[in-house]
Amino acid sequence: MIEARGLEKRYGDKVAVHDLSFTARPGVVTGFLGPNGAGKSTTMRMILGLDRPSRGEVLVNGRRYRDTTAPMQEVGVMLEARAIHTGRSAAKHLLALAHTHGIGRRRVDEVIDLVGLREVARRRAGGFSLGMGQRLGIASALLGDPATLILDEPVNGLDPDGIRWIRGLLRDLAAEGRTVFLSSHLMSEMALTATHLVVVGRGRLIAETTVAEVIAGASPAAVHVRTPDASALRSVLGGVGVTITATSADTLDVTGHTSEQIGILARHAGLALYELTPRQVSLEDAFMALTRDAVEYATTASTSRTAPSPTTTSPTTVVPTTVVPTTVADPEQTLALTGATGSESRA
Amino acid sequence: MSTQTITPGASGTSGAPDTPPPAASATATARHARPQQRVTQLRVIRSEWTKLTSLRSTAWTLAAALAVTILLGVILSRVTANDWTNYSAEDKRTFDAAATSLSGMYLAQLAIGVLGVLVISGEYATGMIRATLGIVPHRLPVLWAKAIVFATVSFALMVVANLIAFTAGQAMLSSAHIDVSLSDPGVLRAVLGTAFFVTTIGVLGLALGALLRNTPAAIGVLFGVLLVLPQIVGALPQSLTRIGDYLPSTSGDALMQVVRSSSLPSPTHGALVLVAYLVVTLTAAALLLVRRDV
Repeated sequence: MIEARGLEKRYGDKVAVHDLSFTARPGVVTGFLGPNGAGKSTTMRMILGLDRPSRGEVLVNGRRYRDTTAPMQEVGVMLEARAIHTGRSAAKHLLALAHTHGIGRRRVDEVIDLVGLREVARRRAGGFSLGMGQRLGIASALLGDPATLILDEPVNGLDPDGIRWIRGLLRDLAAEGRTVFLSSHLMSEMALTATHLVVVGRGRLIAETTVAEVIAGASPAAVHVRTPDASALRSVLGGVGVTITATSADTLDVTGHTSEQIGILARHAGLALYELTPRQVSLEDAFMALTRDAVEYATTASTSRTAPSPTTTSPTTVVPTTVVPTTVADPEQTLALTGATGSESRA
Repeated sequence: MSTQTITPGASGTSGAPDTPPPAASATATARHARPQQRVTQLRVIRSEWTKLTSLRSTAWTLAAALAVTILLGVILSRVTANDWTNYSAEDKRTFDAAATSLSGMYLAQLAIGVLGVLVISGEYATGMIRATLGIVPHRLPVLWAKAIVFATVSFALMVVANLIAFTAGQAMLSSAHIDVSLSDPGVLRAVLGTAFFVTTIGVLGLALGALLRNTPAAIGVLFGVLLVLPQIVGALPQSLTRIGDYLPSTSGDALMQVVRSSSLPSPTHGALVLVAYLVVTLTAAALLLVRRDV
């Protein structure tokens, strides 16, 4: 369980993370999604106490990470694959980490086998490929058999086989009741690995949702229609909540009606249809839409910095005005994100 | 791209060929039965011992320190013995047989100093420090463990190196009948004191590495203090040269001397100055280690 409450990190004038609150629960894989520079790594470092939050706090399994007596049993971490001394062998690297908690050599051998590094365990880590480095990072995260796993871009650099392996591993670990929290900038990867999502952009929370909601909500169910009577069909279909876009002389893109509804309405009006195709927005498109909003939002905030505004970085105005509901950073953005399915139906 | 391939929550788990799926669940059942594995200072020391001894550069640097200590001591003793008849009466009166055989420490201090810097700056350079401090969030046990392990290793090595250098060096000097024995007054103190001095320089390097978190910068400062500062102080007017008594290099010379020199402070003074350097730099390193983001 990871609970972030109003986390904030500033580097001088620059706000890397702003008023970030979210929860990662046990038993599910929670994806931490955002473009590069969104503050994902900074947030992960704050969870581990490597960076001190400028404001707010984050609890791991109900406690501050610093206050835990056996950190490796609480949290397994892979912040970056290259957090390894290049001159040391994989086995010695893991052994050195294990010693700090009195974890034995047998467990070290176990995790080496688990990630499939047996044959290269005695080789210097400096010569490892990116994928091998990732596996070593995952091995070190699993050493303490932790209740919570925090992984920064775990699939980065893995080959297809390795990616499939880690997806399975992470789902198994979550199924055992562990909290699995992993970051990525790839929506498509998240959709395959995570069930819950914490979406950030420019250091701010955009949405705390589920993959299922994003898929449902980000697909406005546009229906592609081809008909010789485009203008007639337009007037038949028009109404509140319906958007019709002519893509050529005889084709329309319709949102607000299902394909079934369009077919029935066309038959009642006696109009011929040549083509009637439901279209869905891709996950990457959905994610791009999300983060584009975040970028625009952040740009507005930064340009209005000279004028007093709730989003300025002035410390006196930030506290009382940026009250964020637990699920939603900005209602309008979440509306754009989840559409008709609504944003309050989280599990 | 279509969304139809997405199956959130579905358990399409397929382990890699080398990964039997039951492995993870087997460890999970063990999780509830196992004792709590806490971080202790002793365990962190063990971890740092594993880290230090698992790097090839450690072995090479320690071997280099050992070799230069012995070789330089032997060579200088041999040269002195051969040249003894040409020495003036004053030179003969102030000649320090023990110090001559121990003078390899002037090179050994550089090797040990660099290794001390690398013990911690190497972790910053590779990113290892985040793994290290991520699992020991109190952080200070890591600094103490590094200092204790490194100090113990370099002191043990330098005692051995100095004993060999002393014995071999005195054998060279015996041809001119100017050798001294380990049981002579002040000789054992010089042998151990020199090892202490070199160890101090190593830990000073470690503290500088922790403060500056950058290998070249820390080595630059360390070498500046050891090699450049004495030159600058030497160029000062007579009234200010006592400042030199508070330099680490002078303190090393003071600890090494058996025949007391008028230009050097007492061995006790030297030891105290070195301890003061350690306390100040390690305290600063500790304060910053706790405060700074990693």
